[in-house]
Amino acid sequence: MSASLEVDALSVGFRTRRGVVQALTEATVRLERGELLLVVGESGSGKTVLAHALLRLIPENATVSGEIRLDGENLLAFSERRLRSVRGRRLALIPQTPASALSPVRRLGAQLEEAAQARGLERAEAREQLTARLAELDLDFEELSDRYVHQLSGGMQQRVVNALALVGEPEIVIADEPTSGLDADLVDATAAQLLAIPARGSALLVITHDLRLAERLGGRLALLYASRIVEEGPTAAFFAGPSHPYGRELLRALPEREGKPIAGLSPELSDLPGHCAFVPRCPDRFAPCTEAIPALYPVPGSRRSRCFEHAER
Amino acid sequence: MLSAEAVTKRYRPSGRHVVALDRVSLELAGDARLGLVGRSGSGKSTLGQVLATLLEPDHGSVTIDGDRVPGWGVRAPRELRHRVQLVWQSPRMAVDPRMRLAAAIVEPLVASGLLAKGGSAGAPIAASWAERVGLTDDLLERHPHEVSEGQLQRVCLARALIVQPRYLICDELTSMLDVSTQAALLEVIAGVQQERDLGVLLITHDRVLAGCWCHDTIELGAPGAEAPVGVPS
Repeated sequence: MSASLEVDALSVGFRTRRGVVQALTEATVRLERGELLLVVGESGSGKTVLAHALLRLIPENATVSGEIRLDGENLLAFSERRLRSVRGRRLALIPQTPASALSPVRRLGAQLEEAAQARGLERAEAREQLTARLAELDLDFEELSDRYVHQLSGGMQQRVVNALALVGEPEIVIADEPTSGLDADLVDATAAQLLAIPARGSALLVITHDLRLAERLGGRLALLYASRIVEEGPTAAFFAGPSHPYGRELLRALPEREGKPIAGLSPELSDLPGHCAFVPRCPDRFAPCTEAIPALYPVPGSRRSRCFEHAER
Repeated sequence: MLSAEAVTKRYRPSGRHVVALDRVSLELAGDARLGLVGRSGSGKSTLGQVLATLLEPDHGSVTIDGDRVPGWGVRAPRELRHRVQLVWQSPRMAVDPRMRLAAAIVEPLVASGLLAKGGSAGAPIAASWAERVGLTDDLLERHPHEVSEGQLQRVCLARALIVQPRYLICDELTSMLDVSTQAALLEVIAGVQQERDLGVLLITHDRVLAGCWCHDTIELGAPGAEAPVGVPS
């Protein structure tokens, strides 16, 4: 069976007054139905740009190259009209801030039904699916229908957008920072809800900077640094021992490990070097690191690492 | 010692009464690292703002090194306000978007008349604080929208420390930031604590962080709970 989502050498740049800001460089990921992929990185590393590029929600001043294939068809070649048949129906987004993704001035029943119908469902079917998905998260559609979003707690808002994303049984669900600002018990609940998505057979892509959430979710993990994927592989293997120096330094910074910051600052995306971008901060750098940009070298255990320490010599 | 005694604060959104703090007491020693944890809505941020003399409580008092706070917000004496500094959760909301970072760092000194506005004396001071919080010189000429959230939070930490406070209150200082920036900011604070007395109150929803970095942690209960009074363990 072919991968349901294949991202091939995807690059996104933004033209600005300071020159081109390279937000994402040659990202290649594969995601099959029922799989979970975590895209982890600090703010500005390109992870949200990746999610938005998959939905083609990228501003006009962006230059995009590479391919995004959904069951073999290149999304980047789709017309805007054809994209509308993909967004929400086949590729759904769980937005970062539920409160701002829902209209504050409309009752929830009407706006949820409208969103479901926009995915091509008949009204009765929309209600049926909304009722079922919300019930799985202990929410009652009838009870919610007359309420406004500000009358719900943060946890309820999160559950509403989680349920809505699954209406129409999308093949791929993208969750953008699904736990930012949530209390610990809501993080637990959200993690359980997210894990139910691949269990139902959809593919799940989670964008997060929360390493503890990543460790709990498992699946596979792609770590971004300075617009590039620097390592990729099973999440458990990453937490047991990252294959890239950036990953190792990042885990050392966790307060429950050493709480030791990585020296220096991340590079400017408008001024990326022609060699490994982590060199100035890397404790393990050696001669080739300043000469070229390393490839993603294979590492045992179905992992890949963008570090010359894994290059064949 | 920075102490709050039996502080009560209610908000009245659309006619309802919401009790944010109900007779909460807290003591922060001059060299302590105290974690303040609790669910959203438990009153953590309200307590931080009361302790920083920015928000007037309905009842109760705040005492800073023996001096009882006589007024709140702009009515608090400047000298008392300088003793307790607050770093806000969202640096984008805390820094004037029109101000270059160099000016933003020294702004608290200018506002309190310790430094002439627009003078040349500010530049070396800004540069030395920038270095201290891990910012490079080339960033100082930029505006807030031209730097990352983490870089801007470093600016906010410098702004708080530049007036040499006795107490520092960090309200979700790092909740939006990656772990390395979090560790870097906490290292700056720990470095100041090695040089001189600085009592730190770390308000966070991250219990693991509070448990690892702080000497003690107290928990604020939900409003209306049986025993909402936080006392250091």
